[in-house]
Amino acid sequence: MSTVARGAGRVTPARRRSALTGWLFALPTALFVLLLFVLPLALVLQMSASDWPLLAGNQGWNLPENYEDAVSNRFFLDSVWFTLKYTVLTTVILLALSLGLAMLVQESTRWKGFLRTAFLVPSALGLASASLLFYVLYSPIAGPFADLMASWGITFLGTPDGALWSTIFLIVWRYAGFYMLLMLVGLQGIPDDVYEAARIDGASRWQTFRSVTIPLLRPTLALTTVLCVTGSLLAFEQFYILTKGGPDNSTITIVQLIYSVAFQGQNDLGVAGALSVIVLLALVVINIAQIRAFNRKAED
Amino acid sequence: MSTTAPRRSRDPFADAPPTDSTVAVVAPQHRGRARGAGGRRGGAGGRTRPTTFAGIALRTPYWVLTAGLALIFLYPLIWTAISSVSPLAGTNQVDGWGLGNYVTLANYQAGIWVYLFNSLFVSLLTVALTLGISLLGGYAFARFRFPGKDLLFLSTLAILMVPYATLLIPLYVLLNAVGLSNSLVGVALVLTMFQLPFSMFMMRISFESIPREMDEAAMVDGCTAWSVLWRVLVPAVKPGLITVGLFAFLAAWNDFMAPLILITDSNRMTLPLAISNLRGQVQGVVDYGATEAGVVVLALPCILLFLILQRHYVRGFMSGAFKG
Repeated sequence: MSTVARGAGRVTPARRRSALTGWLFALPTALFVLLLFVLPLALVLQMSASDWPLLAGNQGWNLPENYEDAVSNRFFLDSVWFTLKYTVLTTVILLALSLGLAMLVQESTRWKGFLRTAFLVPSALGLASASLLFYVLYSPIAGPFADLMASWGITFLGTPDGALWSTIFLIVWRYAGFYMLLMLVGLQGIPDDVYEAARIDGASRWQTFRSVTIPLLRPTLALTTVLCVTGSLLAFEQFYILTKGGPDNSTITIVQLIYSVAFQGQNDLGVAGALSVIVLLALVVINIAQIRAFNRKAED
Repeated sequence: MSTTAPRRSRDPFADAPPTDSTVAVVAPQHRGRARGAGGRRGGAGGRTRPTTFAGIALRTPYWVLTAGLALIFLYPLIWTAISSVSPLAGTNQVDGWGLGNYVTLANYQAGIWVYLFNSLFVSLLTVALTLGISLLGGYAFARFRFPGKDLLFLSTLAILMVPYATLLIPLYVLLNAVGLSNSLVGVALVLTMFQLPFSMFMMRISFESIPREMDEAAMVDGCTAWSVLWRVLVPAVKPGLITVGLFAFLAAWNDFMAPLILITDSNRMTLPLAISNLRGQVQGVVDYGATEAGVVVLALPCILLFLILQRHYVRGFMSGAFKG
């Protein structure tokens, strides 16, 4: 931090000039952060406490009704439950698979280089593009599994469970390479002599994995878990494009609920704001809890 | 990643721990010893196998497994590319191979060119703004001491912790209030803001990895802070700028939620939005072929950029890992 720290304590004219120059260079950043981040954040707090229809604008305070309406929305509990279920499933599957992939492609050989690229290519696609791609792939008319689905009498997106697992597959396909990359960085950080010591002690592969790799990978696992949980809790595009919340409103995530309350029908920015604030607070609490859990384990 | 892997030597990020290598450099001493057929080590530090018949036979499951995995990851992309030009049920193109799906796509509503232009405009403006702001800001954070510096940097990083939707709804109201409703400029401003945490972090560590002697020497020669930045530092942080620009482009090109909320005029829609809408527009019947063509148009630039700039892409992921 202390980059211009010579002659600490005295405010010299040179120092003041340097501070001024620093501020000038930081000014665009400050403007963006203030106008496009801090101000909207304050506004969403105000919205959540106000009667605020989409088209009519602010109609005065409406507290605590907005929060009561948000919590008693008929899809609120269902969407919270579905979002949590989706988050747990996605995080477990994605992290386990990406760790496996990382261990599979660790060394640099030609074939493994190719594998890494193959696993990573999907992560270059946008989430919306990937969702559209799988929308066609899962289609009972045009998809490559159309005949199969017809003969089995099922569709990928036709049942609540089918829609959930189909979406999880899409997300795993899109993100596995990205998390594999993070795992590779973590694996690289484990010194070779630790493995050497485990080998000399006669540890089996599984023992080495459990007692050496996993504990030493903890910082990486913490980072990837926080990322994956946050991303999954805020899932939107994949469900908006692939399932539209269906079938039978079984795949509505909390962010989809916010979007539909704000812009689809109800057009109530006050209640949408209240939901947003609830999600924001929940996210902060969940992330702090995760970081604490990982730190506590590290102290054991 | 690729076999023509970059070496770490000239990489200015070589000193920053989380960024110190691209994946290709995963193989120092012990992991690198095993090559080709003898190469499965599973990270557990096993022993190198001799390439005997028994050794190869033992490894067959490994080849089957990895080839199968590669196929699963590549198949959806390959299938989409091929079937976008092949005859397909549920599309305008039922007989013969050709570009029929792309013609349908090109003639959709305002025409694909309008949406392509909108997407390019938003993406390039986002890239330009992100580069400019994070270059100046990163310089300020790395080289100057000014009141409120830490607060400003932490506030920038805090953008990551706030859900996208939480900010987009008030931003919709704010942009409307200042006359930027339905504006591509407004979308670019918002997307730039969302890029700032990653970009600012990236540019700050880029500047901090350059020895201070470089700018001090230039200062002694009578350069101002401004000319030091342009003449001395910008060339040195170029890899950081490429990474920041690449990520800004991909994020803006692919973004769906910001234009979905901020744009209602169909002539101002960006490509992902237009293609998503295209599905339901033809009398409620989904044109799967045109959707496929759209996915190809959306994905192709991203995949090409990824393959060309793979090294920057990988490094960006690693250092900006918290970006999600």
